[in-house]
Amino acid sequence: MITAAASTGRRRSAVRRPPLVLLVPAALAALFLLLPLLGLVQRAPWADLGAQLSTPEARAALRLSLVCSLWATVLALGFGVPLAWVLARVEFPGRSFVRALALLPLVLPPVVGGVALLEAFSRRGLVGEPLGDWLGVQLTFSTAGAVLAETFVALPFVVITVEAALRGMDRRVEDAAATLGAGRLTVLRRVTLPAVAPALLGGAALAWARALGEFGATITFAGNVEGRTRTVPLAVYLLLDTDPGTAIALSLVMVAVCVAVLTLLRGRWLVGR
Amino acid sequence: MSAEIDAAVGVRVGTLDLDATVTIEPGETVALLGPNGAGKTTFLHAVCGLRPVDAGRIVLDGAVVDDPVGHVFVPPERRRVGVVFQDYLLFEHLSARENVAFGPRCRGVGRVAAARAADALLARVGLSDLGDAKPCALSGGQTQRVALARALAGDPGVLLLDEPLAALDATTRDAVRRELRALLVGFPGARLLVTHDPIDAAILADRVVVLEQGRVVQAGTVTELAAQPQSRFVADLVGVNLLHGIARGDHVELDGGARLVAPEPAYGAVLAAIYPHAVSLHAREPAGSARNTWRGRVSAIELLGTRARVRVDGAVPLVAEVTPAALDALGLAPGAQVWCSVKATEVAVYGD
Repeated sequence: MITAAASTGRRRSAVRRPPLVLLVPAALAALFLLLPLLGLVQRAPWADLGAQLSTPEARAALRLSLVCSLWATVLALGFGVPLAWVLARVEFPGRSFVRALALLPLVLPPVVGGVALLEAFSRRGLVGEPLGDWLGVQLTFSTAGAVLAETFVALPFVVITVEAALRGMDRRVEDAAATLGAGRLTVLRRVTLPAVAPALLGGAALAWARALGEFGATITFAGNVEGRTRTVPLAVYLLLDTDPGTAIALSLVMVAVCVAVLTLLRGRWLVGR
Repeated sequence: MSAEIDAAVGVRVGTLDLDATVTIEPGETVALLGPNGAGKTTFLHAVCGLRPVDAGRIVLDGAVVDDPVGHVFVPPERRRVGVVFQDYLLFEHLSARENVAFGPRCRGVGRVAAARAADALLARVGLSDLGDAKPCALSGGQTQRVALARALAGDPGVLLLDEPLAALDATTRDAVRRELRALLVGFPGARLLVTHDPIDAAILADRVVVLEQGRVVQAGTVTELAAQPQSRFVADLVGVNLLHGIARGDHVELDGGARLVAPEPAYGAVLAAIYPHAVSLHAREPAGSARNTWRGRVSAIELLGTRARVRVDGAVPLVAEVTPAALDALGLAPGAQVWCSVKATEVAVYGD
C-alpha cells in the first residue's frame, strides 16, 4: 500500500512539475525585474531618509508631483471617459483611426510626445499662438504645461480600460433603465458608470501612476523649472550628479507608490477577479 | 391607470422580417407565443420603444408613440410601460429596494417617498424583509419578483413581460407562475406576455397570438386554437392537457370524477396541466411507479413528422405524444382500448 501511494505521489509530482525550459528563463526574468529594486534599496540612505526628503528641493518636487499627477488624472478621467463612451457606443467613420490616436501616447517615445506638444501648444505652436495672443496663456515652462504633458501620456490608460468595460457590459441593463423612465444622462450616471466602476477606478489608478512617473514629455515641453515644472522624476534626474542621496530617496518614494498602486489593482481589479 | 395596447409592428433586422399586429384591451393578458427567433422579443422592444418600427403604428393608452409616416417616436423613458425582461436585468450595484425605487426616482419622486413605495411593492410580492439584499444574494424566484415589483413601481399603463419564467429552474417555475397569475390579474392595464412555453400561455393569458417567422399564424383563446390548430407549433400548444377539478390535499378530484395524484398538496378549484409527452400509453394496466393511470379509448391519431399525437377519450380525456414506432408496437388504431399513465411529478397544478 505504502509503495503504491508513494509511487502515485511521485508520478503526480512528475506530471505537475513545470518544464525547466520555461522555468529557468522565467526565474531569470523575475530576477531581472527584481535586481534594480534591490540596487536601489541597498544604496538608499536609510539613516537620514527623512532628512533627504525634507530638503526644500525634495519637498517642492514631491508637492508638485502630487498636484500635477492628480490634476492630470482628473483631466484624463474628464476627457477620457467621454472619449471611451463615444468609441464604445457610437459608430462613425474614422472610429478606428480615433481609437489608434487614443493609444498613440502609450507607444510614442515620451520625448517625441513632448516635441509634438511643443509644436502644438508652445508660444509659436498651432494652438499655443492664438492661446497666448488672445488669452495671454502660456503653457510652456508653467505648471499647467506639466499637467498637460502628464495628461497626454495618462489619457490612454483611462480610454483603454473604460472602453473595454463599456463594450463588455450587458447593455440590456441600460435598456431596462430607459423603460423605467431614465433619460440618457440618468442611464449614464446611475447605471452605466456604476457598472464600469471597477474599470474606472483601475484606469484612474494606472493613469495616476503613469502621470506621476512622467519624465520625457514634461522635460521636453514644460522644461525643468524648480517649483513649477520640476516634478520628482525631473528632480531625480537633476540631483543624480549633485545630490545622489536625495535622488535615491525620491526614487524610493516613487517605487513605493507604484508598488502600492499595483498591489491595490492586482488584489481588486486587474487579475483574479 | 389602465391603458390598452394597439401595436402594428413592421421591423426588418437581420434575417427577421417582422410584420405583426396585436391589440390588447385594458385588463386583458395576451400571450405572444412562438418558437425562438420568431420575432417575439423584437415585437416587445418595439412596444416599449427600444426598437423603433420601420413600418406600422403603435398606440399606447390612446396616444401614438411610434409612427414612421407621421414622424412620431416617443422614447422608452416617456412611454410609461412596465417591462419584466428576460434574465430580469436587475441593477447589480443597487439593493432590491433601490432597484424598485429606480423608476419612481427617475420620474421625480423624492428619495424617501420612493423608498417607501418600493417597500410597499416588495411587501406585495412577498419580499418585505429583503429590501436591503443585493441582486446577487437573491434566488431566481426572488429576482423575478423584484423585477416584477420594479416594473410595477413606475405606475405603468401597460405591462410587458419577456419570458418571465424562462430563467427559472423547473421546481420554482410552477410556484412563480402561480404567483405571477395572481399578480397579473391585479394589474388594470393591458398585459403582453412573450413566451415560447405553451404552458405559460395557457395558464397566464386570456388570449394567445401565435407568431412564427415574423407573422401571426393564429390568434384566439386556447379553446379556439384547440379546435383547429394551424401549425405544428399551435398543435404543440393545444396539446397541453388542461384538466379542471377540485384539489383535496394530496389529490385532485377531476370534473369527470376521476382522481389525479398531484406532486404537492393543494386545495380548492384548480387547473392541472400535463404535457402530451408526459403521458405514456400501455396496452395493459401498467404496474410501474406512475401514480395516475386511467383507461380510455383512442379517438384520433395524428402523425406530426417524427411524433404521433394520440387522443384518448375516457374518464380523463388526454392527448399523448408517442413515437410512430410505439404506435406500431402497441397496435394502436382509433377505437382501440388503451391505458394512460402520468407520473405525479409531471403534473403542474394551478389555482383556477
